[in-house]
Amino acid sequence: MLRQMAASLCTTFSPSTSKGVSLTAARECGQLVFLEGLKSSVDVFFRAQAEPHPLQFLREADAGNLQPLYEFVREALKPADDGQAAWRCPVLLVDDLSVLLSLGMGAVAVLDFIHYCRAAVCWEQKGNIVALVHDSGDAEDEENDILLNGLSHQSHLILRAEGLATGFCRDVHGQLKILWRTPSQPAAQRDRSLTYQYKIQDKSVSFFAKGMSPAIL
Amino acid sequence: MESVWGVGGLVLLRDSVEWEGRSLLKAFVKKSALCGEQVHILGCEVSEDEFREGFDSSINSRLVYHDLFRDPFNWSQAGGALPGGPLGALRALCKRTEPGPVTIALDSLSWLLLHLPCTTLCQALCALSQQHSPLGGSPPVEPVRVLGLLHMELHGPGPMGALSSLAQTEVTLSGTAGQALAHILCQRPRQHPTHQTQCFSILPDFSLDLQEGPTLESQPHPDPHIPPVEPTTHLTFNLHLSKKEREAKDSLTLPFQFSSEKQQALLRPGPSQATSNIFYEPDVYDDLDQEDPDDDLDV
Repeated sequence: MLRQMAASLCTTFSPSTSKGVSLTAARECGQLVFLEGLKSSVDVFFRAQAEPHPLQFLREADAGNLQPLYEFVREALKPADDGQAAWRCPVLLVDDLSVLLSLGMGAVAVLDFIHYCRAAVCWEQKGNIVALVHDSGDAEDEENDILLNGLSHQSHLILRAEGLATGFCRDVHGQLKILWRTPSQPAAQRDRSLTYQYKIQDKSVSFFAKGMSPAIL
Repeated sequence: MESVWGVGGLVLLRDSVEWEGRSLLKAFVKKSALCGEQVHILGCEVSEDEFREGFDSSINSRLVYHDLFRDPFNWSQAGGALPGGPLGALRALCKRTEPGPVTIALDSLSWLLLHLPCTTLCQALCALSQQHSPLGGSPPVEPVRVLGLLHMELHGPGPMGALSSLAQTEVTLSGTAGQALAHILCQRPRQHPTHQTQCFSILPDFSLDLQEGPTLESQPHPDPHIPPVEPTTHLTFNLHLSKKEREAKDSLTLPFQFSSEKQQALLRPGPSQATSNIFYEPDVYDDLDQEDPDDDLDV
C-alpha cells in the first residue's frame, strides 16, 4: 500500500493541528518532514555540522545557490529504510520564498532552487509543489518581481489572494483569483480564470462567489 | 501568421503570465516538423515528457530534445547534465552538421537570459541563426529558423531591446475576453516593418487555428455586449452653433478690443453716444435714503 507524504519547509510556524489534520502525528510517523527555518537557522551558527546545513547560505558571505536546501528536500523524498511501504505522490509546501530574498539570496538563485525541486518532486516523483510568494504591490521591489513573475511562468496554477478593493469586512476576508496556465488543456475551455471570495474560519476556509457571502444573503 | 514562416532567422515569441506562449511554440514546432524540417529543442523550463505531451509519434520522431531541465548546473553529479552548462549546450547547437532546413526552439530564451550575460546570449543567437556548410569557410547555405520563447515581465528594456534588434519577427501574445491575439511585427532588411494582429487558438493536438478577427493594429476591442454610446446626447447645454449663431458670434466686437473705429468714437464724443441706464424697482422692504452717505467726508 502506498502512502501519501509531504515535505514541508516552513520559516516561521511550528507544526500543529490545522484544518482537522494532526500534523504532529503525521510528523511522528514519517509522513510529514518538517524543516522549521527559524529554529534550524540557529544550528547553522551554534552547532558544528559535518555536512552542509540546509540553510548554509546564512553563514556564507557570498552564497551563490541553494543547493544544500535542495539536497535536504531530495533526502526527505527518499523512501525510509524501515521496510514500510514507499510513499507516493509527494507534496512540497514552501512557506515562503520571499523570506529567502530578504535573507540575501538572489531571485535567480531562488528560481533555480524551485527548478530543481520541480525536477525532483514533479517530474521524478510525480508529485506537486505549493509555494508561497508575497507580491510587493506598489513597492517597487525588482528582485521580488522577478521571483514572482518567474515563479508564475513555472506554475501550472496560480492562486492570487488579495484584500477586497472596498476595504476590510468582517464576513469576507479577501478575494482569491485562480488562473490556469496548463497549455495541454483543451482550447474549448474558456474558464481560464475564476474569482472567489473567502472567509477564514477556525480550521477551514469557506469560499463563495463574489457578492454571495452567506452573511449578506 | 504565414509571414512568420516566410524567412528564417530569429522569431521571438513574447508571452506573459496571463497569456502563456509555450502552446504557440509547440504549434510552431509541430508545423516545422510537418514541413519535413528537423527540429532541435533546447528545453530549460519543462521536462522532455511535458514538452512532447500532445504530439503524435510522427512529430516526436522528428524532435531532438536537448535536456537542460533535469540538471542544468550538475548538482546531482550523476553525469546526466549537458556538458558546459547552458552556454555549452547553446554552442553545441551551433555546431550541428546535418544538412537540410532546421528549426531550433529555445524553451525558453528567458531562462537563458537569466543565466547568461546578455551579450554572450546575443552572440550565440547570431551564430545559431546562420547555418554554415560543414566544410567551413564557405558562405552560409541557408538561414536557420530560431524560435525563442521570451517572458516579457522578467526582463528590463535593455535586454528586450537587444533581442528585438536581432529578431526578424516578433510575436507578442495578448488577448481579450478569452480570445488569444498575436501581434506580429516583421522586420525584413531593406523593407518597412509590417505589423498585423491575428486572432488564433491552439487545438488539443497543437494545430494552429487562425480565426477571422479585427486586423487593425493595436485597436482595443469594444465589448460586443455594450452598444457604443454617443456622449453628446442628452446634454443640458449646446455644443454646436448654427450658421446664423456663428455669424453673430464672428461679428461681435469685444469690449476691450481697441479698433480704429473705437478710437475715433472716443476722440469725438457725440450726442449719438448711447448711454447706459439702470432701471431699478425698489422692493417693499428697501430703505431708500436720499442722503449722500459720503457727506461727512471732507472731500
